[in-house]
Amino acid sequence: MFNKSRFMGRALGWVTAATLALGASTAFAFQPSGKVDCIAPSDPGGGWDFTCRSVGRLLEQLDLVPASVQTTNMAGAGGGVAYAHTVSKRRKDDQLIVAASTATTTRLAQNQFPGMSADMVRWTAALGADYGIIAVGSDSPYDSLPELMDALKKNPGSVSFAGGSATGGWDHLKVLQTARKADVDNLRRIKYLSYNNGGEAITQVIGGHIDAFTGDISESRGFIESGDLKVLAVLADQRLPEPLDDLPTAREQGIDEVAPNWRGFYLPKGVSDETYQWWVDTLDQVYASDEWKKVMQQNGLMPFHKSGQEFDAYVQQQIKELQQLSREIGLVQ
Amino acid sequence: MDTLNALLAGFGVALTPMNLLLALAGCFLGTLIGALPGLGPANGVAILIPLAFTLGLPPESALIMLTAVYAGAMYGGRISSILLNIPGDEPAMMTCLDGYPMAQQGKAAEALAISAVASFVGSLIACVGLILLAPLLARFALTFGAAEYFALFVLAFATLGGITGKNPIKTLMAAALGLMMSTIGIDISTGSQRFTFGILELYEGIDFIIAIVGLFAISELLFFIERRAGDGDSSVKMNRLKLRWREIVAVLPTSLRSGVVGFISGVLPGAGASLGSFLSYTVEKRMLGSKNRFGEGDPRGVAAPEAGNNGAANGALVPMLTLGIPGSGTTAVLLAMLVSLNITPGPMMFQQHAEIVWGVIAALLIGNLLLLLLNIPMVGLFVKILSVPPKYLMPLVTLVAIVGIYSISHSTFDLYFMIAFGVLGYLLRKLEIPLVPIILGLLLGPEMEKNLRHALSLSDGDWSVLWSTPLSVTIWAIALLGLILPWLVGPMLRRRMEAKRHNGR
Repeated sequence: MFNKSRFMGRALGWVTAATLALGASTAFAFQPSGKVDCIAPSDPGGGWDFTCRSVGRLLEQLDLVPASVQTTNMAGAGGGVAYAHTVSKRRKDDQLIVAASTATTTRLAQNQFPGMSADMVRWTAALGADYGIIAVGSDSPYDSLPELMDALKKNPGSVSFAGGSATGGWDHLKVLQTARKADVDNLRRIKYLSYNNGGEAITQVIGGHIDAFTGDISESRGFIESGDLKVLAVLADQRLPEPLDDLPTAREQGIDEVAPNWRGFYLPKGVSDETYQWWVDTLDQVYASDEWKKVMQQNGLMPFHKSGQEFDAYVQQQIKELQQLSREIGLVQ
Repeated sequence: MDTLNALLAGFGVALTPMNLLLALAGCFLGTLIGALPGLGPANGVAILIPLAFTLGLPPESALIMLTAVYAGAMYGGRISSILLNIPGDEPAMMTCLDGYPMAQQGKAAEALAISAVASFVGSLIACVGLILLAPLLARFALTFGAAEYFALFVLAFATLGGITGKNPIKTLMAAALGLMMSTIGIDISTGSQRFTFGILELYEGIDFIIAIVGLFAISELLFFIERRAGDGDSSVKMNRLKLRWREIVAVLPTSLRSGVVGFISGVLPGAGASLGSFLSYTVEKRMLGSKNRFGEGDPRGVAAPEAGNNGAANGALVPMLTLGIPGSGTTAVLLAMLVSLNITPGPMMFQQHAEIVWGVIAALLIGNLLLLLLNIPMVGLFVKILSVPPKYLMPLVTLVAIVGIYSISHSTFDLYFMIAFGVLGYLLRKLEIPLVPIILGLLLGPEMEKNLRHALSLSDGDWSVLWSTPLSVTIWAIALLGLILPWLVGPMLRRRMEAKRHNGR
């Protein structure tokens, strides 16, 4: 119920000449017949729910699917119930897509879906991301990320962080990854306090009870614009589009950390390569459409796109890194 | 001025045709459920929560509907008090004192109309209080750190048994049971799973909505089956309404005073609507001195507790919206609803979800107006519904609950779980263990634990951080008072309420 994943986008594309060149025989080998199911592993109103519904609507609008896309909510275990359902009961269902995000990979990395691993589904595409930020209250003594990291280097317990995910969750790991890249030792001693959502965490930082906030850009925008929060670093590879382009990235301050909270989809393991390719192409088309750009903009999603093998490799790599980090701080054995 | 603008924007949200329609439907259903003996407002809201999910409503619309149900249930609660001398819930008890005698004197319609007017006045006063007080309190709430929040949660539990809890030990037991259940699921401070036994459905903890619907609605069904009460009360008769303007004006001063008293008692965490209706009745009786005929069918004796209990019901929304501390069972259910919609009440809610907060406040005002308009001409209809045999009503209520729960998660596990909670609720009610503290424990437990651990983490394990600021010391002191006072005052107060009720007959 308190899961943090927010939006994810997904779309289908139509098969272009380029795709035909890649595999003429596969291009039309699969086409969904009838209704497509999109599982949102959360209650209505959550981020995964948004991902399914907005992409589902676009799939229909752009005529990429023959019939309708129905969103089914399947909350539980931070996506684990839907994951188990896809792995065991829908293994060969080629009319099914499931919403996912960094929250899904974080849990997989920490073995929080018991007996299940990342290679039990087919990672299909990411259609946007929400980038991480590290921020402090407007009257905080810290003015840049290196200053904050220097304080942590002297004493890892001297700065407390508030975030909206559980301990070991994405907001926590972002801080640890940044600290590690800044050569802070003893990551385990960094204080991270977990709240139900970003807003609650920000309240505590603004109220002066906690030193710094770690979260995503979308949940903190209102407080950045009102001047309550001072952003020390955006964890993106380059500056965000206007009007957020005056926020410095971590990279330009010499700390090479990029933390996109991507929104995307996976398919059941048992679908054919043709089906997989059809979904990859279709979602590529959604990403490329003007309609999707509008949805991203309205909902605070930033450009981020990976699909097919590239996305799969990205997910595996992300899980490996998160696993290593979790082990280092003693979250998993 | 900001407040006024925000309120106007809130009206913009609440006055869209769909939301207005939902408010109307909510008022109607709420009055209906409130009128059924035994199903109080908390049950009413609990049963209708799944409906809001079934309809796939956006958060503000769902809340507007449920706020209307809440207001409607408070209205409806008085119908059975006046006509049958059976209070729909505890706060409605005081309305029996003068309402039933009026009905016996053939003035049932007048009593109902007066109580509708008084309820409206009480709610109106409390809405104004809510509008003025909530933003102030929200700003003040920024000064609450982990230690202060922990003390506040302790306060909420300490005052829980409050003035009206029948047996403080059983209340504490129920709260402890709720707290124990709240530890199931992921521990957000370490990321590890507790008491989940590898069952994926338990990983995120127990869903409040399932617990609430099971404990309240399903257990009610089981009680009904046990009683096999096939017949409604068909002896209810209504006279034609002959209320003159002068009589309404005559109860206005009483309603105004009682609304204020009710609001103040509603704002105090844990006190709730029972205290509101009791206090306003006794205060008013004293104010009027020898000029009253309270207990013999005095219209002002109907107006006072009605204005008081509606004032208190809305007053209880103040701590709920600003601090996340529910002041009554029904607000606890509303709080669970908010949390399920991923909205965390608290100081930031007024900034982050302003449209929802002000939309709800506006809906409350509109709802009360609708209720007044709805109630006076339609009182006859509600009375007829009282005569519908429960054997038709209860299956309908159960159906709504089951369809609603299933539509949230599409999980049969949740349905079994809900039924298990229903059986648990039945057993606990047999043992006279109150259910509301369980919900509060379930709801507030994770917050309380989280704040304790955060406070200790920030202080590197030094427990004295919990009482290191003047604010937290003050809260601890109030909590201590709240724990001790009911042992002294509670039994006395309840004895008086009972005594009055019996003398009034």
